[in-house]
Amino acid sequence: MEALTMEKRLKMYRLMLTIRAFEEKIVEVYAQGLMPGLAHLYVGEEAVAVGVCTALEPADLITSTHRGHGHCIAKGGDVKLMMAEMFGKDTGYCRGKGGSMHISDIELGIVGANGVVGGGIPLATGAALSAQMRNSGQVVVCFFGDGASNNGSFHESLNLAALWRLPVVYVCENNGYGISVAQSRHQAIKDVAVRAAAYGMPGVTVDGNDVEAVHAAARVAVDRARQGEGPTLLECKTYRFRGHHEGDPNRGNRYRSRQEIVAWEEKCPLKGYEAKLLAGGVTWEQLEELKEKVQQAIEAAVQYANASPFPPLTAALADVYAG
Amino acid sequence: MAIKTYRDALREAMREEMLRDAMVFIMGEDVGVYGGIFGVTAGLRDEFGEGRVKDTPISEAAIAGAATGAAMTGMRPIAEIMFVDFTTIAMDQLVNQAAKWHYMSGGRIKVPLVLRTTTGIGRRTAAQHSQSLEAWHAHVPGLKVVMPSTPYDAKGLLKSAIRDDNPVVFIEHKMLYNEKGEVPEGEYLVPLGKADIKREGSDCTIVATSLMVRRALAAAEALAGEGIDIELVDPRTIRPLDIETICTSVSKTHRLIIVHEACGFCGVGAEIATEVMEQAFFELDAPVVRVTGKEAPIPFSPSLEDYVVPSVEEIAAAVRCLVKGGE
Ligand SMILES: Cc1ncc(C[n+]2csc(CCOP(=O)(O)OP(=O)(O)O)c2C)c(N)n1
Ligand SMILES: [Mg+2]
Repeated sequence: MEALTMEKRLKMYRLMLTIRAFEEKIVEVYAQGLMPGLAHLYVGEEAVAVGVCTALEPADLITSTHRGHGHCIAKGGDVKLMMAEMFGKDTGYCRGKGGSMHISDIELGIVGANGVVGGGIPLATGAALSAQMRNSGQVVVCFFGDGASNNGSFHESLNLAALWRLPVVYVCENNGYGISVAQSRHQAIKDVAVRAAAYGMPGVTVDGNDVEAVHAAARVAVDRARQGEGPTLLECKTYRFRGHHEGDPNRGNRYRSRQEIVAWEEKCPLKGYEAKLLAGGVTWEQLEELKEKVQQAIEAAVQYANASPFPPLTAALADVYAG
Repeated sequence: MAIKTYRDALREAMREEMLRDAMVFIMGEDVGVYGGIFGVTAGLRDEFGEGRVKDTPISEAAIAGAATGAAMTGMRPIAEIMFVDFTTIAMDQLVNQAAKWHYMSGGRIKVPLVLRTTTGIGRRTAAQHSQSLEAWHAHVPGLKVVMPSTPYDAKGLLKSAIRDDNPVVFIEHKMLYNEKGEVPEGEYLVPLGKADIKREGSDCTIVATSLMVRRALAAAEALAGEGIDIELVDPRTIRPLDIETICTSVSKTHRLIIVHEACGFCGVGAEIATEVMEQAFFELDAPVVRVTGKEAPIPFSPSLEDYVVPSVEEIAAAVRCLVKGGE
């Protein structure tokens, strides 16, 4: 595999920064009461979405989860439309009818976030079936958590995809918890990737906080899928820095220790990557300039969301059926 | 009498039944360390240990099915599914297994299972976390369906559900957990299948369920000021349905409005209206009116969410129209 260009590396860094800045802004606006509903943030897990999505072609597809802001941004989602949706505004991705857990942009290949844990896994499998039947050359990436890997939807889908050699990559974001339940208390295995063997597909485990490691593994899996060799289960070990959602107090220290949180913060995917880029010849000024730009884009998104109108009540009863 | 929240009343019911009967145990997602996402099981793991308050993987079919299997073989499980929206994943185990084994075994196997879950709007959690699916469950012979609206009922009904030898789907409203009400110290039960008259009146009967009981009560207070006297009936149990109490009330007021949060099409209100027509048609002075959720998924944006379920004002307007409309 050829080495990553500096342009590509900076793109990955910019996307991770954007996700981080977006999520940190959500912390703020959520606390201010500007965002209703639930906010499951992706802070700490940025390298997974970015490493994987930068291995995709624009026409490729993803399915996402309740913790989906990062996937959306990494696949090219517009932070203005996202922020407006978080605020429940008419100009948002779903006209204010979906909210954080249901953002989709089918033109960008974002088949949709999902409020049902494991709900997206069969959908990704079906999208891969569609790609295969249409001979479209598309690959589908299915994001889901360690907790979701215990749902029947996971097992049934992986079996089907392996059987039919579907062009799909199952990306398990193993952040060690399903809400309060630690992995060791919800499954009797350490690596979710071992489950791949049961279905007859490769299973790979990588450091999910190392964006280039994720990217490299994703490229192998995506190439394999595109060449008709079938699915892969790619497990990325990572950690969420915030609580399960904003409102899970003290970043979830009811069920995980302060030391554990701090130890993972040391492995922050952004900090690690900055050091790598600087060592590779990027200047501090370049990084600062990028940060500045990203921050401006996020501020503009908040302004856009704030200035946008709420949907009219008639919207509530529209779109129940097509046509 | 002590004033307690709906949440605390539910917890007390489980605690008392676990103390009374060693076969009673709790299983569900985040019910242990976390105490349930709405805090209903808080502290129970500390008191009873992990053996009797079990955190499960995110496996709804296995939660409902394993609880059913345990119930068929001597245990009395209280299984929790976080949102009624996810009981759909457990539906085979509930509908084809839990509901059927007593019947299919010629009455030899009992399934003393309680499946607790949460329903409804109010937290802006959109289409997959806010539905009202009680009609799905109530449609199945063999399942009982309970929807308490007050702390008193919540405790007494949950205790009865735990002691019942049938599978009971026990549906709590997420916007009621913080509501306070009188709960007696000491033991009491509220029987399944018995409605309660939450307010006596003479001009019009409202039958309302769950959160809508509160809204109907608020509407009734407002209407009292206009000289309209509402009788409010809370069935409390959707199946078996206490149609007798409803018909008795209709015989007194001669008008009926049914209010529920679930959408109207094939909803519980359709069943109630039909049964009243079948049993008390000549008592009615006017057609039965339904005030229900609108025919759409629950939208995210707050004003839209509020719009798709009955409000106090909408209920009051329906009453005015029914009571004064003919004048
Ligand atoms: C079918 C279903 N069950 C339960 C829930 C409630 N819930 C939301 S997120 C979550 C934990 C998911 O854990 P995991 O898959 O590891 O994802 P993470 O939150 O860690 O990213 C649970 C139980 C749900 N949304 N859907
Ligand atoms: Mg997880």
